[in-house]
Amino acid sequence: MDKILIEHLFLNYSDGTESLRDINLGIPAYAITVLFGPAGGGKSTLLRTINRLNDLADVTAVSGRVMLADQAGAVVDVLDHHLDVIALRRRVGMVFARPIVLPLSIRGNLTYSLEVAGERDKTRLEAAVERSLTQAALWDEVKDRLDDPAVALSGGQQQRLCLARSLVLEPEVILLDEPTSGLDPISTTKVEATLQELKKRYTIVLVPHSVQQAARTADYAAFFLQGELVEFSPGKTIFTAPRDKRTEDYVEGRFG
Amino acid sequence: MSPKVKRNFKTKPIITRNLVQLLGFGALSGITLLTMFLIFLLVGVIIVRGASAITFDFIFGYPSNGMKAGGIWPAIVGTIYLILGSAIFSVPLGIGASIYLSEYAPDNRLTQIIRIAIITLAGIPSVVYGLFGLGLFVLYMNMGTSILAGSLTLAIMNLPVIISTTEEAMRSVPQAFRVVSISLGATHWQTIRRIILPQALPGMITGVILGLERAAGETAPILFTAAAFYLPRLPHSPFDQTMALPYHLYVISTQVPGMPQEIQYGTAFVLLVLVLGMNLAATVIRSRARARRQW
Repeated sequence: MDKILIEHLFLNYSDGTESLRDINLGIPAYAITVLFGPAGGGKSTLLRTINRLNDLADVTAVSGRVMLADQAGAVVDVLDHHLDVIALRRRVGMVFARPIVLPLSIRGNLTYSLEVAGERDKTRLEAAVERSLTQAALWDEVKDRLDDPAVALSGGQQQRLCLARSLVLEPEVILLDEPTSGLDPISTTKVEATLQELKKRYTIVLVPHSVQQAARTADYAAFFLQGELVEFSPGKTIFTAPRDKRTEDYVEGRFG
Repeated sequence: MSPKVKRNFKTKPIITRNLVQLLGFGALSGITLLTMFLIFLLVGVIIVRGASAITFDFIFGYPSNGMKAGGIWPAIVGTIYLILGSAIFSVPLGIGASIYLSEYAPDNRLTQIIRIAIITLAGIPSVVYGLFGLGLFVLYMNMGTSILAGSLTLAIMNLPVIISTTEEAMRSVPQAFRVVSISLGATHWQTIRRIILPQALPGMITGVILGLERAAGETAPILFTAAAFYLPRLPHSPFDQTMALPYHLYVISTQVPGMPQEIQYGTAFVLLVLVLGMNLAATVIRSRARARRQW
């Protein structure tokens, strides 16, 4: 079943830099769907549409539907003006390109989303900290210094902390916008391995930082070019036998 | 470099360039040293000639013999009252306005007008504030010459400084923190209260101190609104007049013949220590916060 169903999505920024044209895409549950393509294709914009983070940006016009289904099959339109966006963002977590830790302790970064939602119970907060760090494969490295400032961690650790932070609320979907772009290969491998574990419990939408990463991680892949969705195929086929000439040219490195 | 390479641009000989560098550097450091020299001269004279007047009785005593003897305690207390009084009005208002401008205000014509008004307000001579306070608070609102009227006048004068510095402190908190906080399900206000304000706080405190420091040192705004020429007792209530250091300094320097120089320099010294002390506190808070800052 599709976790997210995008229908006829159009989007324009007011300065006209990047836009989406008639995107139709079904994102399957419990799998890694990769959105890839050259810069300016609209991948990040699409990602930020799903958790309505584009509300903070200068977006002039959005039309179409982005339907998000819950476990019971109930569906909401993410673009609905009356939608509770706070509730939406609790269901859809996000990890950004740079590891942006909040200026708090390691623990404070993790408990933040629960605290703003009104959780005060120490036991539940502690449980969420341990669970999320374990899921992000960071627990053993930081368990003895949870009260240290989060910036004291290395870049790779910070990004895994950000990943853990997105897992605290046990969202249904995790959006990752080039999460390994600033990381060394070892940290990148750790993050990718973690994602393979996480997809058993979460729906993952990943904008990779390279075609190679797309090929390594994708269960499904969508190729974006200048605001259009060119091709959507299972990861097994899109990188070996793309249907569209433009996808083939990009995957084989003829442009990009 | 190979001699065959033909360079099609001209460069001045290295000696000329070094000379220009030397002259420029010399001129700039000369100007800097001159500025420092003037400051040290000013402060130095006041310290050298004023420090000897500082005794327990001078600080904590009351003026006597037509201010030609005794201490300046009522003026010190009056200035502290005026600083605190103006803080009560200008700090909440200024911080509220800067939160609105930095976090909520859309970029439209109204906001532009507000910003222009704040900049204009900051450039108005302090005597104009004094006359405004006289008209509005002292006469129209019938507060009389009082600590209350003086505090309100000083508060209006402080507002633009406090608004612009605290707004700047909030704007300097990275936008990425806001985006992350929102993405974690926080509301706009939770983001401001839990992330932005704590990060901006040292900068805001610095801005507030700098604004209040101005209130401590100005004479003109309190001249018609709060200051008493001679009041050898402490004020009883906010509706009372008060002596204040800058005005007292003006009075004993120009209005009283045969004033001992020692008292004049002593008063200047106390005012200088107060203002420089506030300035130093602001600098220390700022630099300590920068050292601890995590971004």
